[in-house]
Amino acid sequence: MSREEKKPLVHLENEDLMPMPHPLEDPAKDHKWSSLSSQAREKYECILDDTCAVNVPQPKTPEEEKELVRKFLSGLDKLFTRENNWTFLQPLVLTMEHCAKCQTCSTACHIYEASGGNELYRPTYRSEVMRRLYFKYVKHGGLLSAWQHGDIQLNWPLVARLIELSYRCNLCRRCAQTCPIGADNGLVAHELRKLFSQEMGIAPKELHDKGSMLQLEVGSSTGMNPMVAKDNIAFIDEDTTERTGITVETPWDVEGADVLLIHNAGEIMAWPENPGAFALILNAAGIKWTLSSDLAAYDAINYGLWYDDAQFARVAIKHAEAAKKLKVKKIVVGECGHAHKALAVIADRILTGDLNIPRESSMTLLRDIVMSGCLTLDPSRNNFPVTLHDPCNLVRLMGVVEPQREIVRKICPQFREMWPHGVDNYCCGGGSGFAIMSGNNFQDWRFHVSGRKKLQQILNAFADCLGPETLKYVCAPCSNCKGQIRDMLAYYGLWEKHRILYGGLVELIVNAMEDVKPGFIEWEWH
Amino acid sequence: MTALVYVVILGSVLVFIIGSVARAVRYARQPMHLRWELYPVPHEEPQRVRHGGSYFEEVDWWTKPRRFNLLGELRVMVPEMLFMKGLWEFNRAMWARSFPFHFGLYLLIATIGLVALTALLDLLAPCVVCDTLGMGLHWLYTAMGVLGLASAFIGAAILLFRRLTAEDLKAYTTPGDIFNLCWFIAAFGSLFAGVFLKDPDSPSTVAVVRAVLTFDTSVRIPGLLAMGLVLSALLTAYIPFTHMSHFIGKYFTYHSVRWNDHPVRPGDRIEKKLAEYLTYKPTWAARHVCADGTKTWAQVATTDPTHGGRK
Repeated sequence: MSREEKKPLVHLENEDLMPMPHPLEDPAKDHKWSSLSSQAREKYECILDDTCAVNVPQPKTPEEEKELVRKFLSGLDKLFTRENNWTFLQPLVLTMEHCAKCQTCSTACHIYEASGGNELYRPTYRSEVMRRLYFKYVKHGGLLSAWQHGDIQLNWPLVARLIELSYRCNLCRRCAQTCPIGADNGLVAHELRKLFSQEMGIAPKELHDKGSMLQLEVGSSTGMNPMVAKDNIAFIDEDTTERTGITVETPWDVEGADVLLIHNAGEIMAWPENPGAFALILNAAGIKWTLSSDLAAYDAINYGLWYDDAQFARVAIKHAEAAKKLKVKKIVVGECGHAHKALAVIADRILTGDLNIPRESSMTLLRDIVMSGCLTLDPSRNNFPVTLHDPCNLVRLMGVVEPQREIVRKICPQFREMWPHGVDNYCCGGGSGFAIMSGNNFQDWRFHVSGRKKLQQILNAFADCLGPETLKYVCAPCSNCKGQIRDMLAYYGLWEKHRILYGGLVELIVNAMEDVKPGFIEWEWH
Repeated sequence: MTALVYVVILGSVLVFIIGSVARAVRYARQPMHLRWELYPVPHEEPQRVRHGGSYFEEVDWWTKPRRFNLLGELRVMVPEMLFMKGLWEFNRAMWARSFPFHFGLYLLIATIGLVALTALLDLLAPCVVCDTLGMGLHWLYTAMGVLGLASAFIGAAILLFRRLTAEDLKAYTTPGDIFNLCWFIAAFGSLFAGVFLKDPDSPSTVAVVRAVLTFDTSVRIPGLLAMGLVLSALLTAYIPFTHMSHFIGKYFTYHSVRWNDHPVRPGDRIEKKLAEYLTYKPTWAARHVCADGTKTWAQVATTDPTHGGRK
């Protein structure tokens, strides 16, 4: 990591990667990775591997490098103080001080496995670097400490590589789940990202400038201000009415509603059928619900979850303030995994006092609606192979496992599980912001490496019906996961050649509703 | 010389206790962090534990009573503590090496407890241990001690071998790791040799322990056994200052992090703690954080970073 030579540490070829099942079994027929442009290499610190996620400008002078290293050390120190990092100090210190380096976590990591076991992507690799820095510079260990914990040379190339390496982990925490001691390598990546953002102002533009900052400035990371969001929803209502034959109207800013529904605004832009289906179901079930047009309150995303505590808290507070203003009974989070965890779990210890408004998953609400019998459902309308992707944030990190399964089992006669699933699931490969990061050739990395395991699971789930004559559906109740799965299916031509489509959960429910015109799920690529 | 051995043994036990307590107190005093649990959480309702579910699976979960499933926790904790179930499940090759080592340690700890109990009974109520009970205890701690020493010794040796030969471990192994395992091997090896190669006229194990407890320096401890005792005692004192103290850390990683799913209730203990944390004054330097060292966390969290244009 400290190597002065400004060259990547590793290079992967398709042949190095984890083998894939049919029809992707031949690495020679796989897409070649697009190379980083020479402009990117000259301008940015792209010295870790084949790609570049963060685009850190190269320092121009040795003094500039020294200053960046000084800032890094300053941030490292702050990570271990209660004033600056009460939010995660205890788990971080526990992880720093107790890893037994048994490598149990490595076998659990989809990125390490998909890379063909490349050392750079081993979950403990990044943590070991951080651990050595911790004992040397935070604990001020001398020679004895170096002997006990291992030494490390700190310089700018190491910091630059560590910045990139903190964005080679999906933060799915599958590794932490298997650690016999409870050390958490995902947390290490999370805390490193925080250090770079909160101290050095370094974060991928998709997460910060075009993410949390845009959301706080105009209301949504999609760039939609409240007026545009309302216009789009009005259009979606019209479209859904036309497609289903049922009049759909989305209520806005209804004071005293039972439910404030917050969608990932990406759904409004990319998958309008999802908010349309939600509106139709909630109306049909007689739920008194509303959307909010307050700043940030119509977009459930909270990218701060992945890289910055201050940004995280600000967005979570905006969501809670909107609910408080409308005097709703509860907030329900739409189909967005990270928004679930952000608002229901992590923000729980931020939203105190009158901001502590009950928050729950849409999965449970939908399960109760479907099971209550208030919708007339015809499962034969969903008589095609369906598999269910478990978003890590919703399942392993929040424990919402069964509600979505109960629904799918009830309305999809050909439902089959991926293996493993539930809390043992694999990340889609787009987690922690990767699904929206596509600068340089980063997409190649996330298709070939971080998403590889999920694609393997999808292909295995449909192994008995891969032919194009059978329409197949990957249900992914999370916008981020859906984006990643969409991109991978398109990249490998799996819709064109094998008719594997993806979508959310509510689409399946509406597709099964007898009152709705048949064919809500349009078997077209989108 | 005997007195020095006693001082080392008693001093080491004291250092171990102080070091372990200090470490536990340090972790316990750290602020309550944001929630970071991982499912399955075994104290959930039994029907949910089976699939790893949480109370979030219920509509209006905050209106439902929460029951702490102690049995569920014990079902996970006991096999984990005694048999290292996690390692068995996820890293069988490492379990085959680590389990004999750790189980040997447990047996040794139990042996020390039994020998100390026998020595105390011998001191306080000799008639109790002079007959069948005494014989029973003797055979029990002898069997446990032999098995424990052999198991821990072999476990440490094969762990060392794996650390030195397995590609996935070598790069992460420090000289300190090698030293620690060598220390275990030397301490248990010399203890083993000291116990089994000692002169038949040498004092019994119980007699040695009784002598340590009463600081009776008239007892002549064989040299090899004394070396084993000193090495083991110093190792015990050293453990709380290394990552080998994961028996302490593990309590916190499980109960405070992985399984900590307590929701905040208005006015509860957690909310009071959070109120204090929100008065902390962070000094993060990035401009968008807007933490100048005078603003509290609460102020930072309600500051608009875009105010007056994008920063």
